[in-house]
Formats: sequence, structure tokens, C-alpha cells
Amino acid sequence: MYCTLGRITSSLQCVALYLRPVRHRCGVYVGPHVVENRGGQNITRHRKKHTTSLSQSQTPHHHNPKVPQTPTWECVREDQLPLPTKVPPDLVDKLERLALLDFRNQDGVDCLEKAIRFADQLHVVNTDGVEPMASVLEDRTLYLRDDRIEEGDCAEQLLGLARNTLEGYYVAPPGNIPLPERDEREVLLKYSEM
Amino acid sequence: MLYPPFRDVHRHGNDCDVVMNEHHSAPPAGKPKGPLDGIPFSVKDNFCTESMETTCASRMLKGYRPPYTATVVQKLLDQGAVLIGKTNLDEFAMGSGSTDGVFGPVQNPWSYSVQYRERAGADAGWTIAGGSSGGSAVAVAAQTSFFALGSDTGGSTRNPGALCGVVALKPTYGLLSRHGLIPLVNSMDVPGILTRSASDAATVLGVLQGLDKKDSTTIPPPATPTHLPEEIDVRKIRIGIPREYHAPGLSAETLSQWTRVADLFEREGASVEPVSLPHTQHSIVCYHVLCTAEVASNMARFDGLEYGHRSALEDSTEALYAATRHEAFNDVVRRRILAGNFFLLKRNYELYFMKAQKVRRLIAQDFARVFHGGVDVLLTPTTLTDAAPYRQFIQEDNRTRSTQEDVFTQPANMAGLPAVTVPTALSSRGLPIGLQLIGPALHDTRLLALAAWLQKRLCFPRLELAGTWAEPGDVGVAPGLQGALQGHT
Repeated sequence: MYCTLGRITSSLQCVALYLRPVRHRCGVYVGPHVVENRGGQNITRHRKKHTTSLSQSQTPHHHNPKVPQTPTWECVREDQLPLPTKVPPDLVDKLERLALLDFRNQDGVDCLEKAIRFADQLHVVNTDGVEPMASVLEDRTLYLRDDRIEEGDCAEQLLGLARNTLEGYYVAPPGNIPLPERDEREVLLKYSEM
Repeated sequence: MLYPPFRDVHRHGNDCDVVMNEHHSAPPAGKPKGPLDGIPFSVKDNFCTESMETTCASRMLKGYRPPYTATVVQKLLDQGAVLIGKTNLDEFAMGSGSTDGVFGPVQNPWSYSVQYRERAGADAGWTIAGGSSGGSAVAVAAQTSFFALGSDTGGSTRNPGALCGVVALKPTYGLLSRHGLIPLVNSMDVPGILTRSASDAATVLGVLQGLDKKDSTTIPPPATPTHLPEEIDVRKIRIGIPREYHAPGLSAETLSQWTRVADLFEREGASVEPVSLPHTQHSIVCYHVLCTAEVASNMARFDGLEYGHRSALEDSTEALYAATRHEAFNDVVRRRILAGNFFLLKRNYELYFMKAQKVRRLIAQDFARVFHGGVDVLLTPTTLTDAAPYRQFIQEDNRTRSTQEDVFTQPANMAGLPAVTVPTALSSRGLPIGLQLIGPALHDTRLLALAAWLQKRLCFPRLELAGTWAEPGDVGVAPGLQGALQGHT
């Protein structure tokens, strides 16, 4: 289960809860799944299923003090994080142009905002003096082959993979034409689906 | 195919006939080509196979027939192993349930088992197989293949391995060539091996590992042979139990199995000690950022010009690219790419991407510290719970599920370490629970030796499918094939 932040607002139906270690004073351990908040009543239906299956379980109880018997993760508090990021329409447009992909609808934007919020938890980690790690093989000398042509002559085979070729060229529509504005793009893409 | 309802394999017919004919036309010298000659296997459909459709379960590559074969697949074919088919997955290997591919979700054969039907009741719906290499795990669990290849970026081989009750190995990064594996996250991807026994996994590893001049991120394999010893002496082994691996949401049954196996190791003379990997809880966040960033880069190649789907919209190059990608990528892929592009914006690059790379180093250092302190292997859960019913699993979006399901598996990818999941026991619902062993880099064989030691003692039950040709008590594999592999362990 991820340790994310949630805030009960009147507009939200689902609440992602903080997961808190049981032994701490902040409260009772609640199951890992999203809890629906309907009319003030928390319905922990997944947890209930889980408890039912436990009571039917024939699994003998094992105990080894070296295995932690309760969750050990620490809560990340709201005040430890930067302010939540909103993705305004001009940023939506920018990302769509960069990625050459569309968000499609507001759900897509909401999903991105949740992803950013999740990533914000990185900021509680102290990385002073730590170098970024791009590859786990950074300390090794990797093998590079000689700069010698050993295979090729497969132009026909490769061109055969493309939908539109002509006389040994890949055919592309005219370039240097910027992507249309967002509203026009939406219409264009809807048309392309048909 | 033997079990079409599982939707594990979606490539059959003419392609497989070609493969079979090539095998049968091999000269009858009477000598096997290698330990895997004649052994049927499947491959996840994100490995390129020459002239055989390779789709990554996406519209983007529907109809795509690669002009080359992935190195690891070629090595198996050179051995004489028989490719049965390409297995189903989450689209472009993004997901932890194998529910989001264009061919439909993969069903866990254990949810059709006698054990499950008896305990969970007749109306219990079918459960997910885990992901993203769900099809490969099912192929091995349902015995349509002797072994299968998956890919593992954040746990995509070990997760379905655990949920389907098979052995799944994520090798050390760089040991197996990624040439021909359609990339997701170049710095974390590895081909994974799924088998029913650890000794089989060792055999396959022995065939596949090695430098490949077509993949400059491969490293020389260790000099030690991959044949497993008769039995490893666990009295010389130090097992670490990382305290941070009791994450919120861990089911009581998985916890119980984790404790049981720690007890088992201790009783048999191994030294078991608690250890700490302090940055574990941030690993999933770090993975999320690095994964989306690399995905945004890797998916940029799909523009419709040179291969794959091409939109009919030809107003301009940019419009073609946008329309092609709009038509052919599903929501999961699109959202990851957009998130990645967000984290890579100039204003965010230091804050998110570089920060995540620094946290990655901290995670790798956590492991290095524990292993340099003398611990030989870490014992952890593989997944939070047993397999969820499909209806329940899809109530959350793919990203949320991945952040839950990948919790225990992705740290090994961040650090490039080998890890294996071992089927441990059935839950009270009759579904498999697996435990994970993580070792230092290049100690894959020792990891598998420990996995084999465990398998011998855990006596994980055989899958008994309800109302099918397999009767309980049948040997699941033809004696000839079983002998062919056992002779080489």
C-alpha cells in the first residue's frame, strides 16, 4: 500500500487514508484499500472481507520476533509536502504538444495531479550531498563492439514494415506545420477515431 | 491451446506451425542440441520474434512483424527449445494485473482450481494473474509451457509468479541481454524467467546469461556454474529480514508465511536477523518518477512512420504523430507518458527527476550496506496479498494499483539486484502466496539454490483444475520432458 495523503472534502467520495503504524498513538490501523465515505459512514468493505477470511483461515499463527508483526512505515504529513500542484489549461496544452498525446478528458488531468501529489513525497527525503544515479552499472566498464559493419542490406525488409513508402523512402506528411490549437485538435482527433 | 479461457497465449496457428516445422526438420543426429532441446516454452509478447507478430498487447504494434529475434529468445531457439506462443500482458508491460492489454485480461488458473472453488465459494469470480507478465506466469502454472520468459521492470515477472504459484526470477541487471526486448525503462528492465522449479530456472539462466555485443549494458556472467548444488548448506547462510518490508496493507496470511519461513530457516541452522533498509518506503515513489520519465522517452519512437499503427490523418507530420498515438495507445500508456513529460519539464527536472535519481542511489546504498555487512540474502514478501478478484482489482486505476502491488518488488529493480519469488503456500481462499529472496548482484545461482532448498521443504500443492482433463494426482508433465530437464540439474 502506498503512503499517500488524502483530504476529506465535500466533493470527494473516496478517501485515501494515511497508513499509520498500530503501536503509535495516532490511531487504529485501517485496511489498505480505499475507503468509501458515504454520508459520514466509513465502509471498510475490503477490510471486512479480509477479516472474514481470516476467521475461516486454518493458517497456524507463526511468531518470530525478527519478523516485524506490524507495519513500520511512517506517515508523511501534509505540512511536510509542497503545495499541491494544479495543472492549468496552458500546461495541459504544453504537455500535449511535447508528448504529442492528448489528455482526452478531465480524468486524465486529475490522474496527472494525483501522480504529481504522489511524487511530492520525494521531497521529505534528505538527499544532501547525494549524487544522482542514472545506472546501476556506473562503476563498470561496459563492452563496446568495434566500429565495423557486420550486418545490413536489409533496407527492403525494414521498409516493408512501414505503411507508406515510395521508391525506398518513408513518406511523411508535410512538416513545419505547428499542431493546431487545442479545440481544433480535439475535433481533429475525434475525426481520426472515426 | 490447452486452456484458452485463461487468455494467456494469443499467438497460435500459422506462426507456431512454422516454428514446429523448423524444429522437426532438424537433422536426426540422436544428440540433443542442449539441455532445453525439445522443451516447450512461451515468451511474453514484448520480445521481438522474427516474422512472428509482436504486439506488446497494444494497437500500436498490431500486425507488427519484427525483422529480428530478441537475443534471449534466439538463444533458446538455438538450443532446440520449442516456442509455443507469445503470451498476453498489460499494454507495453505497464501494469500489475495483466488486465490492461488490448487482447483482454489474463485469468489466473488458480481461480479455476478445486482448492479455490471449495474455499471461496461457487460465486467467487475469477482472479487476476498479476502483471505485467501474467500470460507467461499462467502458461507455466497451467502447464501449457515448461518455462516462460517475462520482463521485469518493477516486479512484472515476480508479481504474477507469486500470484500464480510459480518460481519467477528477476536476474541481476545486465546478466541477460535486453536486445529485442521492447524497452520500458532501460535502466531497470530485465528479461525474467518463470518455471515451476528453481532448478529449471537455473538451467534456463545458464543458457541465457552472457555478454551480448548487441546490448552494451550486458556484463560478463560470474565464473561459477549455474548448476545448482545437490543441496545448499543453510547453516552457512545469513538471512536478513528487512523491517521496512512490513508495509501497510500486508495481509495477515502473507505475514504469517513470511514468519513461518523465517522460522524454518532458523530451525535448520541458518542465521536469521532483522535488518533495516531505511529508504524502502520512498522507493515506490522514486520508481514512479523514474519509470514515467523513461517511458516518456521510450514511447516517443511510436509515431507511425517506420512501423506500427499509422493514422489516416495526414494534414501534417505533427498531426499524424498525435493522431497515431491518440488512436493506438490506451489510457494507461498515455497517462504515464504525460506524467513523465511533466517530471521532465525544465522547471521540474531538478525537483523530481534528479531528486528521484538521488533517492535511487540511497536505495541502492541501503542494500549495499546490508550485504557488505555480511548478510547473504534478504527474505521478504513478494506481494501484499494473494490474487484479488478481477472485479475488485479494476475498481482502482492502473497507477494506483501499481503503487500498491509493486511495493516489495521494485526496490530490487532500482538497485539492479537479483530476486526470486518462491511459491510458499495457499491462502485461506486457495490462492498462492509467494515469498521473495533478494541477493547481491551476480549471486543469482545462490539465490536459486536457496529457492530450491525452500521448495523441497514447503511442498507447495499442485494446481488441480476443476472439471478438466487433468485429474488430481496426475503428473503434470509428460515423463519424457520431466526427465529431459531433471537430467541437467
